[in-house]
Amino acid sequence: MREAWLPLAVLIALGAAPLLGFGGSYETTLMARTMILGMAAVSLSFLVGGAGLASLGHAASVGVGAYAVAILDAHGVTEAARVLPVAVGAAAVFSLATGAIAIRTSGVHFIMITLAFGQMAFFTASSLAAYGGDDGYTLYSRTEVLGTRLLEDRLAFHYICLGALALTWAVCAMLLASRFGRVLRAARENAQRVEAVGLAPYSFRLVGYVLAGAMGGLAGFLLANATEFVSPASLSWQRSGELLFMVILGGAGRLWGAILGALAFVLLETWLAQQMQHWKLVFGPLLVLAVIFLRGGLSGLVARRHG
Amino acid sequence: MAEPLLRLDGLRKHYGGLAVTDGVSLEVLPGEIHAVIGPNGAGKTTLIHEITGIVAPDEGRVVFAGQDVTRFSLPRRVRAGLARTFQITSVVAGFTARANVALAAQARSGSSFRFFRPAASERRLNDAAMQALAEVGLADRADTPAGALSHGEKRALELAIALATEPRLLLLDEPLAGAGPEETERLIALLTRLKSAYTILLVEHDMQAVFALADRISVLVYGRVIATGTVAEIRGNPEVRAAYLGEDGA
Amino acid sequence: MTTQLLLVQALNGLQLGILLFLVAAGLTLVFGVMDFINLAHGVQYMLGAYLGASLAAATGSFWWGLVLALPAALAAGLLLEVLVFRHLYARDHLAQVLATFGVILFLNEGVKVVWGAAPLQVAVPPLLEGGVEIMPGLQYPLYRVAVLAAGIATAAGLWWLVERTRAGMLVRAGATNAAMVSALGVDIGRLFTLVFAFGAMLAGFAGVLAGPIFSVEPGMGDNVLILAFVVIVIGGIGSIRGAFVAALLVGLIDTLGKSLMPDLMRLFLDASAARQAGAALASMLVYVAMAAILAFRPAGLFPVRAG
Repeated sequence: MREAWLPLAVLIALGAAPLLGFGGSYETTLMARTMILGMAAVSLSFLVGGAGLASLGHAASVGVGAYAVAILDAHGVTEAARVLPVAVGAAAVFSLATGAIAIRTSGVHFIMITLAFGQMAFFTASSLAAYGGDDGYTLYSRTEVLGTRLLEDRLAFHYICLGALALTWAVCAMLLASRFGRVLRAARENAQRVEAVGLAPYSFRLVGYVLAGAMGGLAGFLLANATEFVSPASLSWQRSGELLFMVILGGAGRLWGAILGALAFVLLETWLAQQMQHWKLVFGPLLVLAVIFLRGGLSGLVARRHG
Repeated sequence: MAEPLLRLDGLRKHYGGLAVTDGVSLEVLPGEIHAVIGPNGAGKTTLIHEITGIVAPDEGRVVFAGQDVTRFSLPRRVRAGLARTFQITSVVAGFTARANVALAAQARSGSSFRFFRPAASERRLNDAAMQALAEVGLADRADTPAGALSHGEKRALELAIALATEPRLLLLDEPLAGAGPEETERLIALLTRLKSAYTILLVEHDMQAVFALADRISVLVYGRVIATGTVAEIRGNPEVRAAYLGEDGA
Repeated sequence: MTTQLLLVQALNGLQLGILLFLVAAGLTLVFGVMDFINLAHGVQYMLGAYLGASLAAATGSFWWGLVLALPAALAAGLLLEVLVFRHLYARDHLAQVLATFGVILFLNEGVKVVWGAAPLQVAVPPLLEGGVEIMPGLQYPLYRVAVLAAGIATAAGLWWLVERTRAGMLVRAGATNAAMVSALGVDIGRLFTLVFAFGAMLAGFAGVLAGPIFSVEPGMGDNVLILAFVVIVIGGIGSIRGAFVAALLVGLIDTLGKSLMPDLMRLFLDASAARQAGAALASMLVYVAMAAILAFRPAGLFPVRAG
């Protein structure tokens, strides 16, 4: 953990930013996006780096959480005490149903099947005409917290996102260090070994998949509230690819790498988009180069300097 | 005569037209080292798969400690007390030797669906792991990543992992495969020490080792057990000699 | 739903299936032989469509467009292989997924820069205008019949190539055991490049054929890619025969589902609810079918690798 000073510094900087004059609407929106994508990426990193489950459908669980907010909003349910459990629960149930099948497979099959299930969620969302269909759905208002409009407050929302990100990191780290996580990590390296001590990897992987999905649902809840808008794009496979890229850019071997990855991703994307209209012409090749040359990711670079 | 700990009852497995195990029956008695030998292609690997639950036999039964385990998965058999080692060493290379064994200890002691406490600080698991490591002479290598151990040490580590599952039967799949002369000597000494405490089913190529270790030997040829007996009986058995000489002459 | 309409939809389904097969064939070969997962295969289909469209416009003839687009697609495939993919064969699937994802971002944006974001229309060649009477009083577009025929002929040619020629034998052997093929003294690198370029050309061919049927637009390859993934997962990765069967299956399920589902739902729901539920269910149908098949056969219908 000695090398984790960088992500800790990032968290502290995010906490201090509004107090140092970066509390404007533009900055906080950007930071909220970073933190929420960071949460999703950390939970994905738990799956990829911890359990060895390279899901290309993680955005779907984020999207299911976000759509839960939208659908409840359309029916007049806006109390966090009810919305949050539904959002997290829906994402967990979605992960359970799709994971039960996907985890029977491995390797490239797993990647493709999670991709396909993600697309299934995407098309389902697109066909929900009552909730905006392709065009998406704009919330009437942000979710209330115990009857108050706490989330409307820019600073409060900022610190809630920060807290949720720190919590996600802490929970994932705790899970990986626990007995449960030890089985997951061992099974990632050598599933046969885990079976030969009397444990069936499947059930551990499925539980891990569901937990990561639930954390994705939490990120989705915050995402819907951050943008006050939900659209199928938030669960597209491109978004899943971006999340995976954040994990790999940060370095899949370390949970906190995903926080760096999300930060680098959002900053680069925002900066490039300001420079030119067709920024993806540069972003795509950068991604390719990062994969080919930056093995171990950003966190790997940091760790090596300490190594 | 004591009730056998493991009883194989007419195990038959066909691949296409070829019977790889053709009605294998044998019994492993509590406390003995029972060796299975046989020339290449005798069906030893398939037999091990059938005993450990990797492959389901077409016919026949595997009875372990009075329980029919024929349809049990590998993890379930291990929980019932049937531990195994692999012909090609199988350890978690990124874990320390201690963590490798502690994983087995945690599988044995309480649920592994525990999410809060760091597993590495569970005293009971670490103690159990150290005890098993000491039993195989690896105590001083506890903090070494398993991937950095020598071949012989990995073999010993695998034994420690198997011991930490508190097995009633140890199934050793060619424990001497790939070991140099010195390592072989050390491993034989280790197995001799374990002999007094465990029931062992040993599948091994190295005849000298088998003759030195085994209480009884079953000889597998073309998917059938052609003889079972003490070392002396097997050495003197003309059929066995023919099977082996036949192989040598070919 | 009349029998006539059903027949038309079934034909449309087969024709989608044939196009999917052309895309999936390259994908499954590339994966089977090189153990390489290429997300950029879909944009190669898109590139084929764009090349076909603009070359047809430049020469004034669909046929010249087709003839010229094929070597162009092949060349594009070769270029990508040399620039990007070659550096990824030795890497894990995750790295391959991400790097090829970067290629997608680049090419999707690239076609926008070159051809604009608006869809291109490609005219049906005069030779294939009009319809054929497939039933008394029922016309079916001649072009679509021609696509079906061309696809089936290509499938047959591919089958001959893979099953009856020495190159095909090497490809099949490579899919089962790449190490052995290279031990036989075959230049596996050359074989990889060839298979790769050939697959890119097949995808491009499908793109050219699709031009007059679907609109040619940025991102058109993405959905095809995902369906092609579903196809090769269902068919068994590496199996041409599996890809063929699965492609037709997926084409039929998708097309028939979309036209039948809303009517089927009418049995239980009122008109507008039926339309919505039907559309949602129809878009899920392919994935549900995939899940059902994988639940019983995790390695697909025609698994290539034993065990």
